[in-house]
Amino acid sequence: MRTTPYWRSLLAVAAICALFVGMSPAVRPVKGAGIVTLTGAGATFPYPLYSRWFSEYNRAHPDVRINYQPIGSGGGIEQVKNRTVDFGASDAPLSDDQLKAMGRPVILIPTVAGAIAMSYNVPNVGTGLRLTPQNIAALYLGTITKWNDPKLTADNPGMKLPNMPITVVHRSDGSGTTFHFTSFLSLVSPEWANKVGHATSVEWPVGIGGKGNDGVAGAIKQAPGAIGYVELAYVKQNNLTYALVKNRDGHWVAPSLAATVLAAAGGAGQMVKTHDVRVSIAYAPGPTNYPIAGFTYLLIPREQTDAVKGKALVGFLWWAIHDGEKDAAQLLYAQAPAAVVKIDEGLVKQVTYQGKALVTP
Amino acid sequence: MSYAAPAGRGVPPLPAESRVRSGRGGDAIFRVLLTVFGVAVIVLVAAIACVLTGAAMPAIRRFGPAFLWTSRWDPVHNIFGALPFVFGTVASSALALLVAVPISLGVAVYLVEIAPPRTSIALSFIIELLAAIPSVILGLWGIFVLAPWVRSAVEPVLSAVLGWLPLFSGPQYGIGLLAAGIILAIMIIPIVSSVSRDVLRAVPAEQREAMYALGATRWEVISRAVVPYGRIGIIGAVILGLGRALGETMAVTMVIGNRPQISTSLFQPAYTIAAVLANEFSEATSDLYLSALIEMALVLFAVSLIVNALARWLVARATSHARAAR
Amino acid sequence: MAGGACDLPRAGGAVIVLGRQSARRRVTDRVMGWVCLAAILVAVAPLASVLGYIVIQGASALNWAFFTHLPAPVGEPGGGMANAILGTLTLIGLAACVGVPVGILGGLFLAEAGDGRLGWWIRFTADVLNGLPSIVVGVFVYALVVVPMHRFSALAGGLALGVMMIPLVVRTTEEMVRLVPSSLREASLALGIRWWVTSLRIVLRTATAGVITGIMLAVARIGGETAPLLFTAFNNQFWQAGLDQPISSLTVQLFTYSIAPYDDWHRQAWAAALVLMAITLLLNVAARAAGRQRFTMGGR
Repeated sequence: MRTTPYWRSLLAVAAICALFVGMSPAVRPVKGAGIVTLTGAGATFPYPLYSRWFSEYNRAHPDVRINYQPIGSGGGIEQVKNRTVDFGASDAPLSDDQLKAMGRPVILIPTVAGAIAMSYNVPNVGTGLRLTPQNIAALYLGTITKWNDPKLTADNPGMKLPNMPITVVHRSDGSGTTFHFTSFLSLVSPEWANKVGHATSVEWPVGIGGKGNDGVAGAIKQAPGAIGYVELAYVKQNNLTYALVKNRDGHWVAPSLAATVLAAAGGAGQMVKTHDVRVSIAYAPGPTNYPIAGFTYLLIPREQTDAVKGKALVGFLWWAIHDGEKDAAQLLYAQAPAAVVKIDEGLVKQVTYQGKALVTP
Repeated sequence: MSYAAPAGRGVPPLPAESRVRSGRGGDAIFRVLLTVFGVAVIVLVAAIACVLTGAAMPAIRRFGPAFLWTSRWDPVHNIFGALPFVFGTVASSALALLVAVPISLGVAVYLVEIAPPRTSIALSFIIELLAAIPSVILGLWGIFVLAPWVRSAVEPVLSAVLGWLPLFSGPQYGIGLLAAGIILAIMIIPIVSSVSRDVLRAVPAEQREAMYALGATRWEVISRAVVPYGRIGIIGAVILGLGRALGETMAVTMVIGNRPQISTSLFQPAYTIAAVLANEFSEATSDLYLSALIEMALVLFAVSLIVNALARWLVARATSHARAAR
Repeated sequence: MAGGACDLPRAGGAVIVLGRQSARRRVTDRVMGWVCLAAILVAVAPLASVLGYIVIQGASALNWAFFTHLPAPVGEPGGGMANAILGTLTLIGLAACVGVPVGILGGLFLAEAGDGRLGWWIRFTADVLNGLPSIVVGVFVYALVVVPMHRFSALAGGLALGVMMIPLVVRTTEEMVRLVPSSLREASLALGIRWWVTSLRIVLRTATAGVITGIMLAVARIGGETAPLLFTAFNNQFWQAGLDQPISSLTVQLFTYSIAPYDDWHRQAWAAALVLMAITLLLNVAARAAGRQRFTMGGR
């Protein structure tokens, strides 16, 4: 048996451990004046925009790092409830029960509105497939199973729809996008409203599940014959095809910035009227409204427990609702209408630390 | 592997003088220290069982044993039943065994009986390398290589030849039970084959020699003497593979389609217990939801405990039985 | 006694005592030989495919940016996984802080005083722990550490991985210590050296090489784990700011990127797979070359 001076080996192992562990903060020396790290989690719906926000804000304020993980609206709500994150994000507005379950006051701040596109992957069929809301509901109920079904070809005389089975894709995680989509389906299909309902996570009659908006987009991309609901920014960033949907007034509307802005304006009116930011803009009336859209919210605990973090969070929020909104259009999100920005300002001023408002406008 | 101390290499009892001195200082402390850390392992496993049971209590109380055979998974109405996940877990593991066991047996037989010694060692090493591949990397390969191949090559062929069976009917996604079964098979081949190889090696030479003396061909020796002799151990190896397949998470969740449903077709997506934990755990929006998920983790814990213990016992019986027979 | 069939004469055309070997039997023998060879090829094919894809796709995606840059915002090309690589190393370091002491001392207990009932139970539970699905360990650490601490942290992730290391290190330490000839131990005790000194300075020291090998194999295994990190260490777009913060890791990042639709992310996922595979293989090969022992724990 070869004998090694074992204390040397033990020392080596301990040194390597210490090196690995110590390397982490040492590589980016945390210079005295603290780097504030905020942790957030939640919706994938606004993630393309938020990730740009956090990156830009960090460039402008290098001492504030915001680490956001897109785990779905359901996850955001749950982690805020468990207090494992500093803020959350959810497209699904919290019900009164959910707000009570939080255990402490949580403010919902609407940031932007987005459109949910019906994206599909059918060989030789490009963008512009026409889908009525009832057909979409039928797809997700499983009553239309082939692409050349008469109900689909009736609306699309110019397109050559193949005799191919339809793979329906939905979310496998708790999702605000699902909430808005199923709210839309419940409004247009009484059968859906009875059988399935609307929530962040439902019992889907058919289809395969993808994790996050990106998971659904990925699944659609991988599977010929697939169709699914995806936030518009993901569709554009990945050059996916999307469908035209018939809105309440009977017009075929493509998911676009303009159509979303109109839907958002309608929502703003509702918010002002009802003094409640929790509005639904799905299937709203209007000639050129896109019918499948929704607002998305940031979940902020009203009473902050850490002065430094609270100030950083409030500073970011103020930047977001004023300067951040300017990035929204580029990624096809409808920025908050002026009325909503005003409401948001009021909400951010409600965030306090030990009773005193943190905002110094 | 037996849990009793290995025979013949034991530590001799402490010599008398040492026992007298062990009452003093260092030895006593050392003994206590070692015992504490040894017991820590038991405490850890017990802690896992306790924490899981405690957190699962609300769901256990609410649904009772019916949880295991209810098939509705409805977070909206707070109705949870584990049957679809149990089905997915069992079906994917069964399919994996169906594919992996013949292959692993063939591998083990080849390595022990047919290959020259040098080749055998090299090939064993290569097969064990398969076990070293992290699950998430196999999942990555599964999404971009295996699933498209299954969709374009395997499912059409199966559907054409055996499509009249409900097992091979329906739309072909690529992703689904079939892909999950295949990827699990790939993951359990190394362990089933390496344990089988040990078992076959432990078969006494007299068994083979006797068969050869009777004029048997090599294959007859293998199939009529060696493998039947080691069948207990091989069953143990298979159960060990089953234990591994039941708990596999990442590769499965990336190719199984994540749909809690029970279907008769292998082409359909499904969901396993491990996969639903990975996907939905951080998002369970109500206490009952979380509790239901943890109850499934508890089921997984209990099942893997039983399966692994059974497997190890069988393998130990086979290898020690063979050793004793020499 | 003969060590197996490898020593026996090839029976293909050998002794025929009772009755002729009919052509059918000979053909069956030949054919089944080929069938077993085919089984080997089928078993090795996925390995070749996986490694092939990783090397081809991953090598083309590997560039300096991958190792030095942080992830770029969603949808923007470029960026890298520098923080994920560091994160994995940090988590391994933390895991080793838990796994190595408990593993070595536990293994030492089994070797020195584990001949009785208690030893049996410890071996059994170590085996149970080894066969436990890693996601269950993640759930356990979430309930135990993440919820009370009110945050995801590198510590929680390290603890989950450390728990998974323990059974492997315990078993290999026990085996290696038992291999030390008892004459060494007896000679030391006969010289009047205390038991604890003998154990640590003579026995363990002799078994060091084997113990380190066991640790390397355990590290190779946990380095590739993803499931327990999903809700303990979480993930992080930035550099690690402290051990009580979420931390990025190669495996979780790989998972996130591979299920997303962005082609650039897919490219980076293959590169991450290459890096991870290289580390894992290196550790495995080095451990086996150094140890030249087979550890029959198996399972993951």
